Amino acid sequence: MSRPTKVVVNCETGVQEVIELTDAEIAELEAAAAKAAEDAAAAEAEAQAKAAEKEAIAAKLGLTKEELLKLLS
Amino acid sequence: MPSPTYTLIASNTLSTSAASVTFSSIPSTYTDLVLRCSFVDAGATGVQPMGAGTYGLRITGVSGTTSQRFIRGNGSAASSSSISGLYMADINGTGSTFTSVEIYIPSYTASQNKPISSFSAAEANATTAYISAVAALYQNTSAISSFSLDLLGDSFAVGSSFFLYGLKNS
Repeated sequence: MSRPTKVVVNCETGVQEVIELTDAEIAELEAAAAKAAEDAAAAEAEAQAKAAEKEAIAAKLGLTKEELLKLLS
Repeated sequence: MPSPTYTLIASNTLSTSAASVTFSSIPSTYTDLVLRCSFVDAGATGVQPMGAGTYGLRITGVSGTTSQRFIRGNGSAASSSSISGLYMADINGTGSTFTSVEIYIPSYTASQNKPISSFSAAEANATTAYISAVAALYQNTSAISSFSLDLLGDSFAVGSSFFLYGLKNS
């Protein structure tokens, strides 16, 4: 599999180069993507917890979640 | 004859997909920079609206603390949030419909922190499209002479284009 590349545009000379990413650059991208995936999982878990909390409140009031959302909209 | 106040510094339209695009040796002779780009994600990640874990188009290659706030509408809901990093636009799928972005970098040579803003439209010829505005802060007092753009691990597709302009206030 070919290595990912970057395009570098030198604004002074106008020279444009296509350069393979270094191991460090690939590692940085992979780390950032992994962090993004972790954050996404955490955000999803938080959203699910909030939804469950809302459903619990609705149940206490004897309302469905949809009825509660309608009330709050 | 008046001198031009909005000048194309450099541009690139990709003939091969690329993980990032870098503008280096940016001249310090302008007051502000404007980057206009139109891109498609060539990767497999697909829809990446800005937010926790799904970050979109970002500016890299600068050193210093970075953060941003954004507002976004998608036709059925509006949202607003903040994330660390210079994330400037949503990515809306990997099809053939380009996302267009304008990024404004005022006073890029001034010895002060740099506010950076952007406005983008991420259409996908599908149900959901995003329109977003970003207010970002790059905390570094050095002049900006180089920066890169990437899609956090995905690549820009062939045909994606990038235009860097310099603005002079006199």
